Amino acid sequence: MQMKRWKNVWRFLPLLSVIALTLTGCGNEQLTALLPKGEGAEMQFNLMMLSLYIMIGVFVVVALIYTIVLLRFRRRGEDDNEIPEQTEGNVVLEILWTTVPIILLLILAVPTVMATFALDEGTDNPPEDALVIKVTAHQYWWEFEYPDLEIKTSQDLYMPTGERVYFELASKDVLHSFWVPTLGGKMDTNTATVNKMWLNANEPGTYYGKCAELCGPSHALMDFKVIAQEREDFDAWAEKMQNASSQAATDQAQQGEELFANSCIGCHAVGGEGGNTGPSLTNFGDREMVAGILEHTDENIKAWIAEPGEYKPGNNMPAFGDQLNDEELDALVAYLNGLKVEE
Amino acid sequence: MSAHAYKKKNPIWDWLTTVDHKKIGILYLVSGAFFFLLGGLEAILLRVQLLYPEFDFVGAATFNQLLTMHGTTMIFLAAMPLIFGFMNAIIPLQIGARDVAFPFVNSLGFWLFSAGGILLNLGWFMGGAPDAGWTGYAPLSTTSPGNGVDFYVLGLQISGIGTLIGGINFLVTIINMRAPGMTFMRMPLFTWSSFITSGLILFAFPALTIGLALLMFDRLFGTQFFAAEAGGNPIIYEHLFWIFGHPEVYILVLPVFGMFSEIIATFARKRLFGYSAMVFATALIGFLGFMVWVHHMFTVGLGPIANSIFAVATMLIAVPTGVKIFNWLFTMWGGKVSFPTANLFAVGFIPSFVLGGMTGVMLSVPPADYQYHDSYFVVAHFHYVIVGGVVFGLFAGFYYWWPKIFGTMLNEFLGKLHFWLFFIGFHLTFFPMHFLGLMGMPRRVYTYLSGQSLDEANFAASIGAFLMGIATIIMVWNIIQTAIKGKKAGNDPWDGRTLEWAISSPAPEYNFAQTPLIRGLDAWWLEKRAGNKGMVPAEPLDDIHMPDASILPFIMSLGLFIAGLAAIYSMWVIAIGGLVLTVVGMVIRSVIDYHGYHIHKEDLPAEGGKGK
Repeated sequence: MQMKRWKNVWRFLPLLSVIALTLTGCGNEQLTALLPKGEGAEMQFNLMMLSLYIMIGVFVVVALIYTIVLLRFRRRGEDDNEIPEQTEGNVVLEILWTTVPIILLLILAVPTVMATFALDEGTDNPPEDALVIKVTAHQYWWEFEYPDLEIKTSQDLYMPTGERVYFELASKDVLHSFWVPTLGGKMDTNTATVNKMWLNANEPGTYYGKCAELCGPSHALMDFKVIAQEREDFDAWAEKMQNASSQAATDQAQQGEELFANSCIGCHAVGGEGGNTGPSLTNFGDREMVAGILEHTDENIKAWIAEPGEYKPGNNMPAFGDQLNDEELDALVAYLNGLKVEE
Repeated sequence: MSAHAYKKKNPIWDWLTTVDHKKIGILYLVSGAFFFLLGGLEAILLRVQLLYPEFDFVGAATFNQLLTMHGTTMIFLAAMPLIFGFMNAIIPLQIGARDVAFPFVNSLGFWLFSAGGILLNLGWFMGGAPDAGWTGYAPLSTTSPGNGVDFYVLGLQISGIGTLIGGINFLVTIINMRAPGMTFMRMPLFTWSSFITSGLILFAFPALTIGLALLMFDRLFGTQFFAAEAGGNPIIYEHLFWIFGHPEVYILVLPVFGMFSEIIATFARKRLFGYSAMVFATALIGFLGFMVWVHHMFTVGLGPIANSIFAVATMLIAVPTGVKIFNWLFTMWGGKVSFPTANLFAVGFIPSFVLGGMTGVMLSVPPADYQYHDSYFVVAHFHYVIVGGVVFGLFAGFYYWWPKIFGTMLNEFLGKLHFWLFFIGFHLTFFPMHFLGLMGMPRRVYTYLSGQSLDEANFAASIGAFLMGIATIIMVWNIIQTAIKGKKAGNDPWDGRTLEWAISSPAPEYNFAQTPLIRGLDAWWLEKRAGNKGMVPAEPLDDIHMPDASILPFIMSLGLFIAGLAAIYSMWVIAIGGLVLTVVGMVIRSVIDYHGYHIHKEDLPAEGGKGK
């Protein structure tokens, strides 16, 4: 009876540990590289696992010898004066632990090189019908331009699922690195050269993106989102973006629009109009976060406009707390929240 | 012990002017230890900031300064001088030499290093420390406001000259100053690995110097080497930095591999297994170390061909490293292993370093590296090799050679406490970081948002860091206790195998009254097994020629320090004045002959004369 119960426990143990790992050990499923949801991330994950298994194999051998050494070859007490045999070495062993690792590394090297090329495949000449997105990194925000669709947005990257989307990556100021762990590995955004890569999301969802290269005080806060949608949803979004209206709906928003035209438009574009030293705000009302890091609430928008350096130290947006009163801030918020293309 | 000219010397003057490799070794060890504590304190502050999500302790700007100075300090101002400290204190003794080849240059190397190290840290008190990471990537470093990065650029250039001439000095010393019979293939492994490390320094540091000089031109003189808008390209800096930076890893770790080889053999009472394989593996690691720098740049966008080539080259390094691990294991196999603190660190190193090596191979796979790169996975990896390897090695060497350097024994109980707390704290800090990286946490972030499943592992890592801090305080306490009332060590407390254990602890100023004759590998062990009380002398007892002390190295370094500091504030007259001071020092050194002095054989203490 007792035995049998233990047997059952053993049978469930692997299952339990897998569940435990999935629940606690793999991280946030919108952010982690351990639960890949994209073609690239899967290839990378498989190579991680292959290299990990090989290395665990090596570790087990080392650990075994190590344990035996520590158990069997200890000095027994202070007066253990025996002088062990002064072995010089062993040629056969040396050859063994030189060649076996070489074979193991060959097993790893072949799929490594294949995947390295596969991940670069087509980036120089994307297929004609493929979506190309230009990513430009700024301290500390992301600009996404869809040249074929003539759309420009920021912070939230929309892309279709089930196909390879091609990226051209560059930076406007210092080096950054574009990373969406759940969909695929990172690529640096350089100042002097354009980098190319592709990502392919398996299923619709929102995935977190990060900057992975130290870029100044707010490096930690340079987050963005990837919103992957079915192709038809994406096409619908793109069309709405193309026809996005910047018309204010209410009187308050109207006042906000005027303020925006006076104070903000030099840096922030809405629709096609406006400067591009700050993020485009065409679909600001749709964004889940303010500045990529604050929850999207009226208070947070106002607080950000009043004192941006408080939330992202060292960023380039000037503080408007002294120039705008509460009423004006409310009007701006009303206008900004009205800038949406989704329901 | 002394009837020569030194007896009335003021101790401060003595330390400022000494050219004795043992004293310079102690100077290196003391300043390295100071900077190790400083870098450790910076690490603790970093981990306090990361205890909780969105925690506010030091803030973003200070955090970036701390992370930059933690890395820079630990690599350039702690690990490097500690390694040079051991090389100075031990290598001449191990090869049966009375001093290094160029005692003056040796002293100059130390003072340049300290001038650079102090300059680098002055930023803390003069408007902000460097904040562009220890890698100092342009354009962040060229556009960073304030003077912080200038301290990095000039401090590292000055200390880099010190390191470079130190490396040259040891190359020449090991080639030329070996005692009769000490052939290359009889050299102790620590000497061998330091020899190879010195070669790496010779080839790697110039690349760093060039990179830093270009940064300096961009920052101080308005050039545009790394400004894309003017046709520059920051990737060039990345290449220069890593052409230096990767060999630097081996510059740090090869000497401690040498230390482990000797410590493990000594405490197993066995000859090092596969000595010649170990030597060749070390040389091969040093050679391959120059062929793999692009693996720090897999995500830079150099294309699949470059990435594949450097991936395979990187994997190859695992082979000689594995050879070393197995040879250490088989040195202990069949031995009689005892576990004083020195060997605890050596034995604790093996599994820790193997874990670092495993992640090293995993990182060599470019597609997987696209995920690992610049994430906490990398932070975990390089701390596993640098703390699990280099720091464990330095601790092991510290407990092992302390009696030889200072003539007393460290407290073993406190030593073991130090080991266990540090070992547990180390794994608690860095093991969870692998997962943090894979779960999407980039490195060098001053905070992380809650709700991204990063809280627990960060908390654990911080607790581990505090444990390592406590362990280090215990070590400092041990040093203080031992300095006050340590029990005296004999000449050969560990039943050692190499030459340094054949002479008194601490070694006399002239090291060997008579140069010893070396009759094989593990020279001292051989004599002991043959029943001899000392080494066989290779020369008759005679007057010993000693080099003159000199204040010039200190003054020349002071000149460069003044020049560097003034250049940061564009005070060019003072800067040129500083350079002139240095040049005057060089001229004086060149035109005045230093004859040195002799210790007369009648003045040698009877028992100091080894061999009789």
